[in-house]
Amino acid sequence: MGWNVGDTHEVALVDDLKRTQIVQYAGASGDYNPLHTDEVFATKVAGYPTVFAHGMLTMGMTGRAITDLVGVESLTKFGGRFTSQVFPGDSLTAKVTVESVDDGVVNFTVSTTNQDGKEVFSGYAAAKA
Amino acid sequence: MAVERFVIEEGHIACFARSIGDANSVYYGPDAAAPPTFVQSSAQWDPDYFLRPKVGQPWFGSGKNPSGITRAPGGSGGGGGGGGGGTGLHAEQHYEYHRPLRVGDVLTATTKPGKTWEKEGRRAGKLIFSESVTEYRDQKGELVVTARGVGVRTEKPVEQ
Repeated sequence: MGWNVGDTHEVALVDDLKRTQIVQYAGASGDYNPLHTDEVFATKVAGYPTVFAHGMLTMGMTGRAITDLVGVESLTKFGGRFTSQVFPGDSLTAKVTVESVDDGVVNFTVSTTNQDGKEVFSGYAAAKA
Repeated sequence: MAVERFVIEEGHIACFARSIGDANSVYYGPDAAAPPTFVQSSAQWDPDYFLRPKVGQPWFGSGKNPSGITRAPGGSGGGGGGGGGGTGLHAEQHYEYHRPLRVGDVLTATTKPGKTWEKEGRRAGKLIFSESVTEYRDQKGELVVTARGVGVRTEKPVEQ
């Protein structure tokens, strides 16, 4: 596959994130922190407006934007920072940009934003070209 | 965290792929590959993982009261303990893949603490960051995934 620096690929990851999907992720990943699934705890004890998604749910969803492009078996690196919290009702879009291609490796930058254009995950990936 | 057996199972991968909204057929079936962030779920195989309710032990989530215990357990790395105003949050996660992970692999995971540093945050008061590096190895002792996580403990809830 030919890669051109600057090419972008946008993927809608989730529309109107449901609390149930956060519960589903808690059950699959094993991270049962009540901040993510327990409204009473999240609001009354931790002081947040409601529960919020695991950063790793956002990163997991973002991974699809990359593996749809390169295939999971070609992936050599994937990482990034959680820059804002993701709440129920949010809709997320990932944008993957080809940053460089050298020596059989393609490097991408990855940015996931919410419905207000606020970045929630800022990262990178690399794959065998 | 040390995990002696992290068994890569078809059903676990399928549940995980569904939870991240990924219907790609490579993640389903007896020869499934694992999604890029799947190793995070090694928490299920960690007998001491502090963000899972355990038989016979108090749990800090709500029941009769907003929290099951008055003081939340401590914790480090990627998770968060909750309790009080400030909380532990996941700040960064980085993976290096040395080879693809598939159903049938049996991994071990060993975690070493990395750097810690402090910063004054704009939205959550004083921030204490701590890094940890986890190596996932296969049956032959070969490195499959290296994971570096950064957790942050905030002085107060993040302002929205």
